[in-house]
Amino acid sequence: MAFSLHGVHVPHRKHTQDQSAARMAPPKTVTIPMSMHIGAPARPVVKVGDLVKVGTLIAEAGGVVSSPIYASVSGKVTKIPDILLSSGTTAPAVVIESDGEMTPEEALMPPVVNSRDSLLEAVRASGVVGLGGAGFPTHVKLNVDPSRIEYLIINGTECEPYITSDTYTMTERRDDMAYAIEALKTYLGIKNIIIGIESNKKKAIKSMMQLMQETAKNCTVSVKVFPSIYPQGGEKVLIYHATGRVVPVGKLPIDVGCIVLNCTTLAAIGSYLKTGMPLVEKCVTVDGGAVKNAQNVIVPIGTSIADLFDFCGGLTVEPAKVLYGGPMMGIAIPDMTLPVMKNTNAVLALTQKEAALPQTTACIRCGSCTNTCPFGLAPAMFAKAYEKKDTVLLEELGINACMECGCCSFVCPANRPLVQTNKLSKALLREEKAKEDKRV
Amino acid sequence: MNHQLKLSVSPHIHSGRSTAGIMRDVLIALAPATVAGVIIFGWRALLVVALCVASSVGFEALYNLIVKREQTVGDLSAAVTGLLLALNLPANIPLWQCVVGSLFAVIIVKALFGGIGCNVVNPAITARVFMLIAFGTMATQAYPTIVDTVSSATPLAQMAQGTTPALTDLLLGLHGGAIGETCAVALLIGGAYLLIRRVISWHLPVAFIGTTFLFSFLMGGMDVMHALSMVLSGGLLIAAIFMATDYVTSPSTAWGKIIFGLGAGLITCMIRYFGTYPEGVSFAILLMNILTPYIDSWTKHKVFGRGGKRA
Repeated sequence: MAFSLHGVHVPHRKHTQDQSAARMAPPKTVTIPMSMHIGAPARPVVKVGDLVKVGTLIAEAGGVVSSPIYASVSGKVTKIPDILLSSGTTAPAVVIESDGEMTPEEALMPPVVNSRDSLLEAVRASGVVGLGGAGFPTHVKLNVDPSRIEYLIINGTECEPYITSDTYTMTERRDDMAYAIEALKTYLGIKNIIIGIESNKKKAIKSMMQLMQETAKNCTVSVKVFPSIYPQGGEKVLIYHATGRVVPVGKLPIDVGCIVLNCTTLAAIGSYLKTGMPLVEKCVTVDGGAVKNAQNVIVPIGTSIADLFDFCGGLTVEPAKVLYGGPMMGIAIPDMTLPVMKNTNAVLALTQKEAALPQTTACIRCGSCTNTCPFGLAPAMFAKAYEKKDTVLLEELGINACMECGCCSFVCPANRPLVQTNKLSKALLREEKAKEDKRV
Repeated sequence: MNHQLKLSVSPHIHSGRSTAGIMRDVLIALAPATVAGVIIFGWRALLVVALCVASSVGFEALYNLIVKREQTVGDLSAAVTGLLLALNLPANIPLWQCVVGSLFAVIIVKALFGGIGCNVVNPAITARVFMLIAFGTMATQAYPTIVDTVSSATPLAQMAQGTTPALTDLLLGLHGGAIGETCAVALLIGGAYLLIRRVISWHLPVAFIGTTFLFSFLMGGMDVMHALSMVLSGGLLIAAIFMATDYVTSPSTAWGKIIFGLGAGLITCMIRYFGTYPEGVSFAILLMNILTPYIDSWTKHKVFGRGGKRA
């Protein structure tokens, strides 16, 4: 491979990287949204008053691109209200009052997997979606002609500051990962596996080296250590650095023979195949200057952010911002009643100081945005084109290649809202397309 | 919930770089050349520097007040413009000309085009060219030197007459010239600081200076000393390191910067060797400033994942 893509050095702040994870006792109630993935919301199959156990199906997939959802605590369904999610959309959520027992569903048993179809069905039934943050249903991603898969790339880069929940997976859930790898090898015929990690995760690298030795039968497995430059974990960035292949704009990794799975996604699949317990809990990094005891916590999905902070000793100061995910791409949330979802890998409470952004001033054409963009885009030019509502120019400049990694905004000395403009530009383009489609 | 959480689009952290910080670095990088200028040319040089900086900042503040714009003097760009202008003037310049030059740089070249980031050409360079043409006397002949305060010819003027100045004098700046342009050592220290602080990249200065060196080498009959003298004299170093690299008026990609530097070097030499003015650096940058939008559009990065098909 000739070049490595541009990026930025972000502060790591991985305070929790050497800790194991604490298991949180079930909260009084959990609120489980029906939309924790990309695609159609799941359809509730329980009614108010129903008794559920850990692992009981509470919602079935709402379509092909969707995912089933399971109860994360044992107890009683008390209501199914519509709640406002951080994305700005509303979706129904199943609220379960916990009986504190965490009794597992008796009917659960490891799935019988003996073919590609039964494997895909098991992955679908596991409720696993892209746990790196995207939340794309994993069974859909894996449902491609196996002969097209040349590389399975396991994403353990975890390039966002603060977050160490993937590090936890790699160091402590290696068995689950190995279990999943064996199944994928056997039934999808995967021949090459590359595990990508950033150089700042020494323990995880060691553990993955061991995984490499354990799984190398009938398959080449390699661990590739990349410099800790954000956004090393961006899907297309990782594919390029791992294989030298370039995913064309508007295409998918499989179009260049690659499938990328986050390491925690893989572990979740492995755990289901082994035990039959679907995805009902998540390891979440709880950090940020406002949190008393920063730590990784294993919590039932649906636990409120407020309960999670309480478990971590509460907040020492009023946070300025609370985020789902890391500070580079995470989503700021309006209130702490929102729950931990399937794709939540971190919850951060940032202090005023941590969340302070400089004042926005005029663009001085310094070129930092275009010189740090991993994809060679020119964010300052997007901004100008957006002001003029010039959708033709926006498309020509490659707005749809933008992955919103945030490097441009991060380095901008004028603190221009570049990522925001890019998002607005994409929305503008979509609207325009929709209008055109109507006319035709 | 009684407490209001802030909502905004990611990213939620920032590198901490700011326009004011970058300008502060440029001021720091210009400090050695300023000090050298004052040592070489005496207190009058200090007066010129102080007056240019004060009037540039003053005019910008006044303009913002009059047109009711947000005050921008805090970004220090007006101070940089004032300092660069002063360093490009002879120490014996009439003081009123300093004020007129600053007015031209800050108001006409920058503010009227929309303020910082919107000007098409570099304010200090353009003001210098304006002054060169408007107040012809400051052109080249009568620069004072420290030694005896008797006016002496600049090295470029000397070379035009066939004598080569001593290399040590060129490096230390002990010869006629504008306040900040003579001391090569001080300018190089400033340039190194800007490189280390990543305020500038090497591309533009190296291409600019390299082209000038090569052209002079060929024109001077393969004489390294001649070529070196051409690089170290006149306003080349201060221009290539501090003025051509102005973000607003130079290309943003590496290849764009190299093209800019090549072009500026060629024009500089054309004027030096074939023109009527002994110095051509300012004109060269001014002309390349005008070409910058085109260079930018020729040298856009290829979009990752767009194959051979270019938009």
